[in-house]
Amino acid sequence: MSTQEAVSREAHAHAASQSFIRKYIFSLDHKVIGIQYYFLALTAVTVGMFLSLLMRIHLIWPAAVLPLIGEIKPEAYLSLLTMHGTIMVFFVLTTAPQGGFGNYFLPIQIGAPDMAFPVLNMLSFWTTFLGFVVMVAAFFVQGGAPLHGWTGYAPLSAVQSTGPGEGLGADLWIISIAIFCIGALMGSLNFITTTLDMRAKGMSLMRMPLTCWAWFITAILGLLAFGVLLSGGILLLLDRNIGTSFYVPLITVNGQLTGHKGGSPLLWQHLFWFFGHPEVYIAILPAMGLASQLLSVFSRKPIFGYKAMVYAMLSIGFLGFMVWGHHMFMSGMSPYTAFAFSLMTMAIGVPSAIKTFNWLGTLLHGRIRFHSPMLFAIGFVSLFVSGGISGPFLAQPVLDIQLHDTYFVPAHFHLIMGVASIFGIFAATYYWFPKMFGRMMSESLARWHFWFSLIGTYAIFMPMHYLGMAGHPRRYSQLTEVAYLHGLLPLQKFITYAAFVTIAGQLIFIFNLFWSMKFGEKASDNPWQATTLEWITATPPPHDNFGGHTPVVHNGPYEYNVPGAASDFVMQTDPEIAATH
Amino acid sequence: MGLVLLIVIWLITLLSTYFFLAKTWWLPVGASAIAPAIDHHFVTTFVLMGIVFVAAQISLGYLAWRYRDSGSSSQKVVYSHGNTKLEVIWTALTAVLFIGLNLMSSSIWASERFRPAAADSVRVEVTGMQFAWYFRYPGPDGKFGATRPELEDASAGGESALGLDPRDPASKDDVVTGVMVVPVNREVEVILRAHDVIHSFFVPAMRFKQDAVPGLAIRMHFTPTQTGDFEIACAELCGLGHYKMHGIVRVVSPDEYDKWLAAREAEKQ
Repeated sequence: MSTQEAVSREAHAHAASQSFIRKYIFSLDHKVIGIQYYFLALTAVTVGMFLSLLMRIHLIWPAAVLPLIGEIKPEAYLSLLTMHGTIMVFFVLTTAPQGGFGNYFLPIQIGAPDMAFPVLNMLSFWTTFLGFVVMVAAFFVQGGAPLHGWTGYAPLSAVQSTGPGEGLGADLWIISIAIFCIGALMGSLNFITTTLDMRAKGMSLMRMPLTCWAWFITAILGLLAFGVLLSGGILLLLDRNIGTSFYVPLITVNGQLTGHKGGSPLLWQHLFWFFGHPEVYIAILPAMGLASQLLSVFSRKPIFGYKAMVYAMLSIGFLGFMVWGHHMFMSGMSPYTAFAFSLMTMAIGVPSAIKTFNWLGTLLHGRIRFHSPMLFAIGFVSLFVSGGISGPFLAQPVLDIQLHDTYFVPAHFHLIMGVASIFGIFAATYYWFPKMFGRMMSESLARWHFWFSLIGTYAIFMPMHYLGMAGHPRRYSQLTEVAYLHGLLPLQKFITYAAFVTIAGQLIFIFNLFWSMKFGEKASDNPWQATTLEWITATPPPHDNFGGHTPVVHNGPYEYNVPGAASDFVMQTDPEIAATH
Repeated sequence: MGLVLLIVIWLITLLSTYFFLAKTWWLPVGASAIAPAIDHHFVTTFVLMGIVFVAAQISLGYLAWRYRDSGSSSQKVVYSHGNTKLEVIWTALTAVLFIGLNLMSSSIWASERFRPAAADSVRVEVTGMQFAWYFRYPGPDGKFGATRPELEDASAGGESALGLDPRDPASKDDVVTGVMVVPVNREVEVILRAHDVIHSFFVPAMRFKQDAVPGLAIRMHFTPTQTGDFEIACAELCGLGHYKMHGIVRVVSPDEYDKWLAAREAEKQ
């Protein structure tokens, strides 16, 4: 450790706080903050899932009167859809993998006592929390939540008279996202600095677990993407409230002039997707890192192609900023640019394919233990393949003509960025719960949860591909008006029933989580016999993570079944093994 | 557990593939000149990606079962950090597959979007507004008359909804309809506009989709090859009535088209 690093470590070794508020509420400890992020995401996912349940009910029983909620009107359906998407993307898929597990385990896995900026870390969480409160508040104001979808296309989102929910509800929606962006930017800075400056002696970049690489690259994407969304959102607020015309040309709504002129609706789409596509990778990269980690741990074998995995994630991150236009093939953007965006998008499929190949290669000649984290990691690979395979359809403008804005698109992104990432979160929960809470989760409940989730997910989202191919547009609140949709109703019904069963399966998870916290079997320090640094420390880890000493790293993160070694795993801190590549 | 995983993953794969192959739900019948080319490329992509899908899922299930921890001490784990040669081959193969697919489809895209409509095409201006489509034909003078936003009256429908300017002589003979009538086997040029928010003109049978964006007039073309009524469904979220913003493209014989247009134009005299 250089002197400079020593000084920097000294500065971060803040004393453990004793008061309840400083210890559990406004804590500076990255582990507490990680758990706070996790429970925020758990709350958000419960809300988001409930909204999707209401949507599924409304689609097949549009006139149903629900207890407490009443009848769902078409505009209310669109509010549900908007809030479901926004809450899931921002407060679940961005929050749990990065803010939750990244916060808790990045410092421990690189051998640091905390994040580089603990106060900033606390601020990031509370900013994100505030964002969530503002988002939920949109439901309760005059006109309700906005109906413009999570993509918020202008002018629908930019003019208050375009529909119910486009008043105060839409303002709160934008403000919430802006607040979220600020929190995410602070978090990104913290993750990048921590990874670059706080690694223990011997923890070279190429000895970092792939989870750390994933959090690091995700943070870089976040730093570059959220700033753009923040600026775009502020312009949208100005258009809505003080009469600027960044996104609105001369339009009439219901025959009334709006006073705007000269703006460009496509400008919003460019800004939004410049954020929106990297956001897909922000959601999935941590799950990719984790799947790599778990496949190696539970196959008792080194990861296949560590370097290729790192380079693949770096190229996905890099290319991810050059493909946003594939969301806009039908938008009126120049058809010539579609060539470039399409080519870049097909190119990004290559590193994704490399990763899949390496995951399969990791299983080959292993000795696989089917603990619940492994089941979800294998499920992740399956979903990643299924969701990925529809990408090359949508990436080709010629096929996008038919498939754009149909159910084929939700089928694609739910499988890959939605549920695959959620499987990553589940796997991470089952894997790290013993370290975080000192107890094991129930393995048999976890297996039931896995089967419900895997089969249920396919039952919900595979049929959506068929709907899309048949030309079923997305975001339709009822199937009653367009004649060719009537024939697709049985498939829609099947999806709703599948959703009931799958959601019921998630209750098993929630029960298991809380039950195990109190009644789970006591966990040992290294229950999975894994090699990375979180498993050398106590369970749960002490305030400074390693109880006053700093680990020194001698080995890579995936040394399993090393020939000649005493056991089938060599800790990163064990004496250096001979290079046997 | 390995065996159960294998069975479940294989079953999911087979069932999903079956419904694709059986075409239980498939692309609607194509009714435009471009449809066969698009559908052909769809099938090509479908077959190639389908092979990758099945191969990956089958391998995943097989590997999980084959290399499960059997508890026997004779089960040897191969200590390996990967294989660069295999990695390079795999990368090259996927690159060729993905980029190749892309290049194969580019000529179809170019023929659809890079050239303007033929000089003798039927011109129809398509306007989307919350929550209806209106179609305007230029009339005998071949010119679309001016429109003025302040004259728009959506509730009145028809010409008033479009805000046709009566002071412009070119607007006098413009025909405005709620159904899009076009002749078969002749190119149709659509000029897409929107009054309020973004809508999307999606005619599944024609393999045609293009957003209608306020402030832009987007010119596109297609050639219907079958007569009949084909549904239009709005494909861009445009507000609470998005689900009911539909319409009809009625493709008729050239004779019928001429008669229909002459009758509409006569009404304007």
